[in-house]
Parts: sequence; C-alpha cells; structure tokens
Amino acid sequence: MPVLIKPEPFDPIAMQAAHEATLPTGSFGATASFIGTMRNVNEGDDVIGMMLEHYEGMTEKELEAVIHDAKQKWPIDDALIVHRVGAIEPGQPIVLTVVWSAHRAAAFDACRFLMEALKSRAPFWKKETLKDGSHRWVERNTPGY
Amino acid sequence: MVDPKSDMHMTIRVKFFASLREQIINPNTEVDGSQAKTIGDVWKLATDVPMPPHVLCSVNLEHQEPDAPVNDGDEVAFFPPITGG
Repeated sequence: MPVLIKPEPFDPIAMQAAHEATLPTGSFGATASFIGTMRNVNEGDDVIGMMLEHYEGMTEKELEAVIHDAKQKWPIDDALIVHRVGAIEPGQPIVLTVVWSAHRAAAFDACRFLMEALKSRAPFWKKETLKDGSHRWVERNTPGY
Repeated sequence: MVDPKSDMHMTIRVKFFASLREQIINPNTEVDGSQAKTIGDVWKLATDVPMPPHVLCSVNLEHQEPDAPVNDGDEVAFFPPITGG
C-alpha cells in the first residue's frame, strides 16, 4: 500500500504499471485510477507555475491513513498514491491515485475516496505564480461533489 | 549540590506552514512546555498576534483542535486550509 512524495516530475502511467507489475498476476479484476494535472488557468487568471509545499512526515502519515481507511471500507487488493511537491509547471501531473480490487464498484468508489480524503486531510499547500510574475496562495480546494 | 535534572525543562517545538509561515513574523519556534496546556496556549507563546480563523493545528503529526492538550516535547504545527491534490 505505497505512498510516494515526488519532488521531481513523474509519469503516472508508468508508475501505475510499475506497481501493478508487483501484484500477483490475475489477482484483481478491476483497476481505477485518477490523475490530477496542473492547469494553466485558475480563478480566471493565467498561471505559469506553482510551488507545492508539504509537511514532511505528517503528509506521508495522512496518506497512509487514507489508504488504510479505504481498505476498511472496501475490499481492495492494493492502492497507490503518488503526489508531487516542489516547483510544478502547467501540464505536469500533481497526483495519482490507483486502486486495484476484484470488482469495479470497490475500485471506483475507493479511488474517489482516496482523492477526496487526501484533499481534506493530507497537508499540502499550493502557491501559484501568475503570468504577471505575482504569487498567491491557493486558499481552498474546489468541491469534489 | 544541584541535581542536573532539576535544571532541565522541556520545550514544545512550533512550526508554521505555507501562508502562515510568511505572515507570522519572527515567531518563537520553541516554547516552554510548562507554560502551555493547550495548542491555543502554544500559539500565544509563539506569536504576538491572535490566531486567525480557519487555522488548522496538529500535535505530533496528528490533526487536532486548538483546545487539544499539549505536553513537553511535543511538536505543534499551525497551517492554513489544505490545498493538495
């Protein structure tokens, strides 16, 4: 049930495939994944970059707890969360959540749960750089539902 | 003879993150654990300003409310609403 904090860009498809290769062949029937990517517009302004800060230690602990909670709620085989930190450019992946399970219901529902839970529990903060060179902290997440 | 242990006092480490770290000028990053019973007490000892609304708190890497108790040796953190993902 790994959690990875990445200070450098990552390829979410490759990371999903690499982790899936460690699972027993034929052990799962459903895989659901979500990729969050940095946009170049926020609140009507052009955004050219972002700094993603985290609380080392607590962030990893919360992400592991989120996966643990998902496992309590759904019969999932495995899960993966990868999250960027540091300087990010538009178009780069920020987050990857993946759930492997026997059937699609648990995979879909648990994958959604991982995303919504990490957005409210795992301490990350975004500071945007706008096209005019100014900076601003993102004050809240957009609603998930 | 002075017992060396009697001269020891534990501290509470204090951390600020993101916009709070930029807003709180020269905070105390260590406060006297004997002076603080709650997270709110730690804020008052570490800063000269009232705690803004919506500030989130943790003790030893666990989310907590401002009225949660603290103990010598704890790590207390203050941060704005989370915006990851």
